[in-house]
Amino acid sequence: MNASATPDWRDQIFEVLQDHDVKQVYHVPDAGHGKLIEACQRSNSMHTLALTTEEEGIPLAAGAWLGGQRSVLLMQSSGVGNTINLMGMPKTLRFPFLTLITMRGDWGEFNSWQYPMGQATPKVLEAMGVLLYSVETAAEVKATVDAAARSAFNGGQAVAVLLRQKLIGIKNFGKK
Amino acid sequence: MSTQKATLQRRPLVKKILEGADDNLLVIAGLGSSNWDITEAGDRPLNMPLWGSMGAPVGMGLGLALAQPKKRVLVITGDGDMLMSLGSLATVAAQQPDNLAIVVLDNEKFGETGNQATHTSPLNNGPTDSGAGTDLAMIAKGCGIADTGTVRDASEVAALVKDVRTKKGPVFRLVKVMVEKLEFVMPPQDGAHLKDRFRQALLGHP
Repeated sequence: MNASATPDWRDQIFEVLQDHDVKQVYHVPDAGHGKLIEACQRSNSMHTLALTTEEEGIPLAAGAWLGGQRSVLLMQSSGVGNTINLMGMPKTLRFPFLTLITMRGDWGEFNSWQYPMGQATPKVLEAMGVLLYSVETAAEVKATVDAAARSAFNGGQAVAVLLRQKLIGIKNFGKK
Repeated sequence: MSTQKATLQRRPLVKKILEGADDNLLVIAGLGSSNWDITEAGDRPLNMPLWGSMGAPVGMGLGLALAQPKKRVLVITGDGDMLMSLGSLATVAAQQPDNLAIVVLDNEKFGETGNQATHTSPLNNGPTDSGAGTDLAMIAKGCGIADTGTVRDASEVAALVKDVRTKKGPVFRLVKVMVEKLEFVMPPQDGAHLKDRFRQALLGHP
């Protein structure tokens, strides 16, 4: 496939979020999500909020939904552990919740400190009743994030998309 | 650090804060005492009283304030809850929502678990009741919320009510309140019901 003719998957995620009328975007700094975060920050139709910890993203999403707005939480697998107690909120209040997670400790990870939470990420999310989607190739990103957004905003579910390290790339991690 | 004994009672205070609440006022209360306080003042669909999710009220208030910039959003919670999400004050400061007010009712205790000292209790207060003298208003200011204040006296309550109901946000007020044994006044517990009635009242659909 000709690389220059293939749209960047991070641009495609931005388009999907716009198509689904996502108005609030929560994030901590993240290299994997970096380009997407910058696109959201430049958008006139989105509030982009930097968090001090990923946990803040859940009550923010609850508040946005109470006020009639859709949101997304962008985080790394290492941040998932910070969210787990409040990850019960979408179930208790029954509100749509979407999170996109860049995986570490996953595919050829060099940093041993990333493995425990990276490997536990799908298990703890499942334990909290979060529906999981997983993407390993760029060609599947757009359709998967779109399906996840539909399950969340139309189906009323708490949904996480795991953007696997195989997709994000090992060697380029840390660079845009 | 606080050395004076608190004299304000939380229930009449919250009643005054919420007096005449109309469709323009959206209220989120933290779990435990703050929940019972707003409920005694009068349960209403535009109240979102939490039964759990400690550390969530300020974030919820911020998400709601950004989604509904024309409404007044008021977060009422306790010192224990606020201590669990100090970073959320920095996130509020980064957004500067002009329609958000946060009231922390500080009795220096974890009320729901048996009145153990929180970090806002004085530092050298005996073997089982010592905290750190933590000043939450100073933390809010340090996070970048310019309009903060501490209320201790009945003479300051009228100004407090006006500030949290009408002043340009973000507004943060720490209110030192007494430790009291009060009756539980409970709103509906079902979170989905509380959320749906709130959205129905605000948006016209659940």
